[in-house]
Amino acid sequence: MSEDYTPKSAFGKWFDKRLPLLTLFAGHVLAYPTPKNLNYWWTFGGILTFCLITQIITGLVLAMHYVADANLAFASVEHIMRDVNYGWLLRYLHANGASMFFIAVYLHMARSLFYGSYKEPRELIWIIGVFIFLLMIATAFMGYVLPWGQMSFWGATVITNLFSAIPFFGEAITNWLWGDYSVGSALLTRFFTLHYLMPFLIFGLVILHIWALHVPGNNNPEGIDVIKGSQDTVPFHPHYVIKDVFALVVFIIIFAGFVFFSPNILGHSDNYIQANPLQTPEHIVPEWYFLPFYAILRAIPDKLGGVIMMVSAIAILAFIPWLDTSKVRSSKYRPLYRQFYWLLIADFILLGYLGSQAATGIYLIIGRLATAYYFLHFILIMPLIGFIEKPKPLPKSISEPVLSKEEQKAKVEKAARA
Amino acid sequence: MNIDKDTDTKVTRRDFLYLTTGSFTAVGVGAAVWPFIAQMNPDASVKALASTEVDLSPILPGQSITILWRGKPVFIRRRTEDEIAEAQSVEIIDLPDPETDESRVLKSEWLVMVGVCTHLGCIPLGNKGDYNGWFCPCHGSHYDTSGRIRKGPAPKNLEIPSYVFLDDNTIKIG
Repeated sequence: MSEDYTPKSAFGKWFDKRLPLLTLFAGHVLAYPTPKNLNYWWTFGGILTFCLITQIITGLVLAMHYVADANLAFASVEHIMRDVNYGWLLRYLHANGASMFFIAVYLHMARSLFYGSYKEPRELIWIIGVFIFLLMIATAFMGYVLPWGQMSFWGATVITNLFSAIPFFGEAITNWLWGDYSVGSALLTRFFTLHYLMPFLIFGLVILHIWALHVPGNNNPEGIDVIKGSQDTVPFHPHYVIKDVFALVVFIIIFAGFVFFSPNILGHSDNYIQANPLQTPEHIVPEWYFLPFYAILRAIPDKLGGVIMMVSAIAILAFIPWLDTSKVRSSKYRPLYRQFYWLLIADFILLGYLGSQAATGIYLIIGRLATAYYFLHFILIMPLIGFIEKPKPLPKSISEPVLSKEEQKAKVEKAARA
Repeated sequence: MNIDKDTDTKVTRRDFLYLTTGSFTAVGVGAAVWPFIAQMNPDASVKALASTEVDLSPILPGQSITILWRGKPVFIRRRTEDEIAEAQSVEIIDLPDPETDESRVLKSEWLVMVGVCTHLGCIPLGNKGDYNGWFCPCHGSHYDTSGRIRKGPAPKNLEIPSYVFLDDNTIKIG
């Protein structure tokens, strides 16, 4: 345990007495007690940290070659692709890295939702996570504007115009955001500045996220509390360091697959056409990770209403710890809720598909139904099921489900021998 | 001044000091923050480009041109007799954003408007849509021959910029 830790070397002792970094490391990385039954869904925290660091490093070096000016930005990105040493690799890592980041964060959130990791006493971890997600959205959106292609320009136009839906001050606010009467150089420069700043804000929130996690410790697939200091927990190192590294390597293989074999499959070809303020592309679509929210925006026939619903779709996540009235954390023991959980996941994927299609005819009707379900899930189904559902009996300890399986196996083997 | 021992309900000198200190701090912080916010507003060089003159003589009836004003497209259309008649015959009570055609033009032959969809800022396409006017491909808003919204998610008619006729064939926008 961290309290017992003393550095071995004389310098270590001298240093740690003055700034206990080594004790911090020993307590929160090496010895940190972790439930022994965590599955691979718990490896996305480490993967996400990797994603953030990769984006910061690749972004830092890209910024050495990129020029944030409406007349030069597009050409400077082409310069990175053609002239800069390994520029193509760095840019593809950064662009695909953003997609990988969102894949990981969606899976990480889905994990928390399934196993009830947002419930008491872990509400703040979840809420900080929602803020990280919000900052990720803002960062990714502003990053997509920087290459100054057609999708960059028109994406920026559509999204900044959302603010014009605000009553009375709408126009003043959009002109203030633009620093002009339309999307142009002034906006590009400030987006670049903020795009550079926000990853560091995310980094700060990640530290708070982990700090808040290390107070109650990890949730686990059974959703029951571990008994501290018992055999329920194992030290983080080497057990989960190795498990996380293995998952990370698999993740990196997939990431590399995109970067080296189909680096543009997740992007839109129109973004290789330089921004033209006089011509709107036929079909404006955001990056794939925004499609579900874009579908919600378009499902509402009113401009202000659409904006409010889209923002609410994210804001509502922060209230989940109180919208879910069930005391049982893990959906493993919630037979009724589990079905609605998968319905929500399917609904979210459906919204993503609808966001990529033109909002007309049958697509619009399905889009409205899917939007309605998304909100009903959180404000109606989640609170109600907590009252009417009869959860399955919880195990007495996190070892019990594993042991009882082994006992059964032993019985079967015994019967086979007899 | 009445200085009592039980000052719970009395206003003391200290309360006054807290209040004035607090107020001055708030005003000071506000004044210090303001330049950091105001710097983002359109700057002097942007404002200097805020008006444009256009020569209308090459445009024939039924033709439109698009010019750039404040970084936004402005549609200038020389409307045909049919289009004017169509625009004027509409019952304005039926419109989502009621405006007469007369109030949207200086001379009924010339329609001048900002070519930015009032929904989310895309550029509508000319001679398209259900009302022979403009159609926005982004989210499907239809505008009529007067640039008024008729169908779709846009809340308002296409904006009319302020402009004046300098002579019969020249306008100044802005």
